[in-house]
Amino acid sequence: MATFTLVIDGLAVEGPGRAVDGRARLVPDRVWDALGGMPTMESDLEAIATGLDRPLAVDVEERVAFLGVSARARAARLASLQAPDFTLPDLDGHQHSLAEQRGKKVFLVAWGSW
Amino acid sequence: MVLTVAVDRSPEAARPWIEAARPIHPALIDTPHLVADLYNMVNVPTVVWVDEDGRIVRPNDVAFGTDTFRHITGIEAARHLELLRGWVRGEMAPLGEVQTRARQKLPSPSDQLARAEFGLGQWLHERGRPEAAGRHFVKAGELAPHDFMVRRGTMPMRGLDPMGPEFRAMLGDWTKAGNRYYLPLGD
Repeated sequence: MATFTLVIDGLAVEGPGRAVDGRARLVPDRVWDALGGMPTMESDLEAIATGLDRPLAVDVEERVAFLGVSARARAARLASLQAPDFTLPDLDGHQHSLAEQRGKKVFLVAWGSW
Repeated sequence: MVLTVAVDRSPEAARPWIEAARPIHPALIDTPHLVADLYNMVNVPTVVWVDEDGRIVRPNDVAFGTDTFRHITGIEAARHLELLRGWVRGEMAPLGEVQTRARQKLPSPSDQLARAEFGLGQWLHERGRPEAAGRHFVKAGELAPHDFMVRRGTMPMRGLDPMGPEFRAMLGDWTKAGNRYYLPLGD
């Protein structure tokens, strides 16, 4: 069986899988480890994602799927008004996080060269 | 403390601007659109005020540092800067929880699916499959037509000029349908 890649929370996990009628079917024991399921049963990936209440983008020709974050989870986090923490690099590759700024007021500006 | 985040396809895209600005604050690079997704940002520039306890006290707003684009955006730089100074100096209390929540726009399931499509497109693009990537960028834009982080932010990856005719056409269609490109909070 050929492999299929699932990108979940920034990690790419590969396992045996095939495309059937434009949908991804996997017996991916490592994926199951990541999702917490049964290692030997082939299952429809979109059904798993629906069960997890997480969005799934699939490209069967490229044999890869990307599991996103649920709207419910994102919305709840933002509505709590606790600013979500993040860690990102600067141009020198040094990592900085929002949490490091605790104790100071922060003016967070998102911009783009586009 | 100012914290800037360049939501860009690579550090090199943001580098000339950061180097010209010579900031003393952390200037971070967000190629995976992490901050954009966490905060449900749909365009740039987007600004958020976070207090000393890590609480959002003013949610996503549009603010510019200067009036360079005022003739296009209709947004005056001084107003937000004045509010910001007032808050930073402790002269002005922020909005309060009720007002802050009332002004938040929270993501829908299709917004999040759009972000998954974007993530897949980015993953494919990084691995040298630009045509496949482009299909997912287009799908993301269809799922969340108000999300210009995706619709315009992906243009360089799709070989399109984000200031060029495709963008102008997209903006034209968007505004003709009665929508606004920028959504400032107002006072």
